[in-house]
Amino acid sequence: MAHFDPNARPFSHKWLNERLAIDTLEKVLAKEYWIPKNINFLWAMGMVLATTFGLLLISGIFLLMYYIPDTKQAFDSVNHTIMQEVGYGWLWRHIHGVAASIVFLIIYIHMFTGIYYGSYKRGRELIWLSGMLLFVTFSAEAFAGYVLPWGQMSYWAGMVITNLFEGFSSDFLGGHLHFPGLVEWIRGNYVPSQAFLGRFFMLHVVLLPLVIIGLIVLHFGALRIPHVNNQDGEEIDFEAEAEKWKAGLRKESKVIPFKPVFLSKDVFVLGIYLTFFFYLVFYHFEFAMDPVNFDPANPLKTPPHIYPEWYFLWSYEVLRAFPKNPGLIAFGFAQVIFFLLPFLDRSPNVAPANRRGLFKIWFWVLLIDMVGLTILGKLPPVGIYTPFGKAFAYIFIALWLILPFITKAEKPIGGK
Amino acid sequence: MKELKILAVVIFFTGLVYWGVEPYAHSVMHKHVEGHNFVYDGKSDLEVLNEKVEEIKKSMASATDEKTKKAAEEELKKYENKIKDTKAFWAHVEKIAALKGNAANGKNAISACAGCHGIKAAGIKAPTDALTASKTYGVNPPDLSNAGALYDPKFLAAFILDPAHGAFVKKIAMPAGMGGSDQNIADIIAYLKSIAPKEITPKQAFESACGRCHAMRYAKWTQIGTVPKTKPNIKTGQDIEGLKFKEKVAEYQNNLAKYLGKLPPDLSIIIRARSEHYLATFVENPQSHLFGTAMPRVGVTKEAFEKVKTYLEEVGDSSKPKREAVGPWVLGFMIIFTILAYLWYKSQWKGLK
Repeated sequence: MAHFDPNARPFSHKWLNERLAIDTLEKVLAKEYWIPKNINFLWAMGMVLATTFGLLLISGIFLLMYYIPDTKQAFDSVNHTIMQEVGYGWLWRHIHGVAASIVFLIIYIHMFTGIYYGSYKRGRELIWLSGMLLFVTFSAEAFAGYVLPWGQMSYWAGMVITNLFEGFSSDFLGGHLHFPGLVEWIRGNYVPSQAFLGRFFMLHVVLLPLVIIGLIVLHFGALRIPHVNNQDGEEIDFEAEAEKWKAGLRKESKVIPFKPVFLSKDVFVLGIYLTFFFYLVFYHFEFAMDPVNFDPANPLKTPPHIYPEWYFLWSYEVLRAFPKNPGLIAFGFAQVIFFLLPFLDRSPNVAPANRRGLFKIWFWVLLIDMVGLTILGKLPPVGIYTPFGKAFAYIFIALWLILPFITKAEKPIGGK
Repeated sequence: MKELKILAVVIFFTGLVYWGVEPYAHSVMHKHVEGHNFVYDGKSDLEVLNEKVEEIKKSMASATDEKTKKAAEEELKKYENKIKDTKAFWAHVEKIAALKGNAANGKNAISACAGCHGIKAAGIKAPTDALTASKTYGVNPPDLSNAGALYDPKFLAAFILDPAHGAFVKKIAMPAGMGGSDQNIADIIAYLKSIAPKEITPKQAFESACGRCHAMRYAKWTQIGTVPKTKPNIKTGQDIEGLKFKEKVAEYQNNLAKYLGKLPPDLSIIIRARSEHYLATFVENPQSHLFGTAMPRVGVTKEAFEKVKTYLEEVGDSSKPKREAVGPWVLGFMIIFTILAYLWYKSQWKGLK
């Protein structure tokens, strides 16, 4: 049993320290959590994401007080009760809607930062993998949330996406991979209806947020031992550099403590981001709140264009570029391939892409290809857009197939 | 500055994606319809018909078998005749519009209208209630008190001359020729103008011009009027008066749906579901967006449309004024926050590099 000072005033520093070790906690998590000095604002995206998730959580809690998961009342509970009758309900909804869209922009920036600087390499594989799990869970969370207002796009997107679970066509491989029953099982009916709405409501407000919170803890935890990467991919002896810092050699040390030095930059980046974010919330929210979804769900009227939210468009285009069966395979490929990045990249070099020969070209082609797929994913598949979509989808797959070969052939940097 | 260069790259790709999936994609997905500033002279009708002709010609060129080709040819003839008709019709309307109407004569002439329409402003009651009227005509004929203020005079001339032609729909309950001679029509229009109120509220504009076909549940509006305040029986919770009203609305809606082919949508938040340009051009000429729709052109003036739009916004986006009031404060706060954060950052990173 530890020693507890009988004279310590309840809730005083000493009292808390004896019971919770708050000094040690602060040291481990903040004051002596070392971050390389050689970083840029892209290293603040983790904090930006955590804050955006916080905004989603808080605004979501407020929305949850008034939202009614009933196919007859859901639409009006959102568009009338929340948007017009509850004080500042509109603000919570706009924050929730805009954050749900922008969070994916930041996730993509965060991902491409990791790819560019090689932050998924040996020692950091679990950071990458837990991050990818977060991406997938966020995607499921976003889809489930999109269903809830029960507008036209909620309904028809729900219809189209759940249809994917039918699997391959019945004439493919003897029909063993054809599961028409699965679609009905997921929906709880032949078409999206009350059971479907209830399930996705549960997923959106309980199960998936819990999984996300757990994964965020894992993602942060995975970061603690390998430490964050830096702009040059330099391998830093964190213990030695930390000693320098503690000795007062602030200029010579290659590291800074998380609190307060790194945090000060994080908060500054956060300030810029939130200014932009709230500009969107008040003045430019249509991109995140599709007008089509302000028409109530109507099972008898298919909208002329059905498309997912922008952040799913690239994989949707990969699906759409092919006929049904190969399309599903390509879609599955697109969903899992990013997970394999640490193992497909065979080069030991941890360095920015622009110093990595062919990988530099690979990185920029991948980025442009995904931007292209995203734009084509929204456009109707007519005329010139169809062959372009096909070409971009083929390029996407080809890029991942050649990745092991070009990285294997990569020259080691710095005699490693 | 390296960080600014990185930021420029991030902004460039973000902007490119935004441009692609928003303005560009929407310009491709949605048909562009040119507005006519609520001038009713048949020009927009001809545009719609010509577009249809082009479409048929295209399908004729790509048709392979004789049967489809022949059907398309017949279709083409039909539309070419329609174009001829439309031109002649609007030339006739121009002639009526050029006549000087006499309101005093119009007062006598309008008695012909009172067989179906009420005119409260002139003390003429509607011959039947809304529900009974809908049984006969499919829709409740409007009270004409506000007509002179809401509808464009040239449109009124066209509508009275031949309602289906004026409203640019296949069928409409009111028959053609009810207005009598050209001078008679001009007199009726002059009379309607003379009795119309000087000032019409946005709510009145909506209810008169749209509200007999479109409900608006967020404003408690039904096609037969505002939902009355009723009280349930305190012992049973049953609200018989309320149920009776609901039954009437249901019957009216069934009649309306039979007349139009479907129930016109509730317009509670149409202001968020469609762009302003879409709403304006759609109201001006529904066929330009939804060819074949049963919705008649209602012929509102530009001012009346603005009023309707104001009401749609009041009901469908009532938090807009608050949004606009709170926005600058939040942004101001964030800017000050960012400046302070910058100063903190600079002080922490001083002498580090």
